[in-house]
Amino acid sequence: MTAVGVVADWVGGLLLLAGALLSLVAGIGLVRFPDTLDRMHAATKPQVLGVLLLLVGLALRLRTGADLGMLALVAIFQLSTAPVAAQMIGRAAYRSGRIDRSLLDVDELAGR
Amino acid sequence: MTRDPARSPADEPAADPPTVGRGGRRRDQAVALGWLVAAWLLLWGDVSWANLLTGLVVGAAVLFFFPLPPVTFGGRLRPGPLLVLAGTFAGELVSASVHVAAVALRPGYRPRGGIIAVPLRVRTDLNLALTAEVISLVPGTLILDIDRARGVLYVHVLDVRGPEDLAGSRDRVLAVERRIVRAVGSPTEVRQLDLEPVERRNHP
Repeated sequence: MTAVGVVADWVGGLLLLAGALLSLVAGIGLVRFPDTLDRMHAATKPQVLGVLLLLVGLALRLRTGADLGMLALVAIFQLSTAPVAAQMIGRAAYRSGRIDRSLLDVDELAGR
Repeated sequence: MTRDPARSPADEPAADPPTVGRGGRRRDQAVALGWLVAAWLLLWGDVSWANLLTGLVVGAAVLFFFPLPPVTFGGRLRPGPLLVLAGTFAGELVSASVHVAAVALRPGYRPRGGIIAVPLRVRTDLNLALTAEVISLVPGTLILDIDRARGVLYVHVLDVRGPEDLAGSRDRVLAVERRIVRAVGSPTEVRQLDLEPVERRNHP
């Protein structure tokens, strides 16, 4: 194996580890946050970045054209669907009143 | 509330929809078909005539059976601002993740939140959708609801410690909109960013 391949494998491995840790943090956030709306923050930001890091790590280890195309697709779909899913859940929770209003400082959506 | 949950202001058509002629609709569908075929080929990981043909058939079927409201692209792509948009987004996604991680891991901490209404300056469907997507992945903000007719995003803010956090989030959403419009908007839309005064935006 070439030196470049070894470096790519190591960097890829580190990225896989970082992505896994971020996904773990997203899971901890989902459990620990007090309200559905807060939980959706955990389900978008660290979750999406975690998956993206896992994909880049995988790309660095696999290094074949067909796999890279598939990984790029997963990244694009992840980026475009995670916010939509979080919005749908957050909106449903808000409209059905399943949120903790005592945690909100302001609510400019009230009465709309 | 007696409102039918299936119908909301967001579902009603925009006040001033861009005029789309039959030719423009055809062009939009052709572009959509092109993207669907590209996605199909990437899924198979192999460009062959068989994959291309089945991709065309599947793409046409998707467009026929799941028609979407027309989102026409009236702007232009600008490479420089696109790079700024992508670079800023990558940086903000990282700091957003660190922020959420810090809040999630702090022992015994109950973060407070808030919901703010942020009227956008450019009210096209494309800009509303793109801005709504991006603000859910930058620090502190999450899209909660969209008033499509009035071009207002309702945004949940995580970890509010004072009014300055709410004002900061409002500025952040408008900054995201500015970067998106500069990257993909039409020249008219770019001018719109500076024309509309703040007072009118906050009291529509």
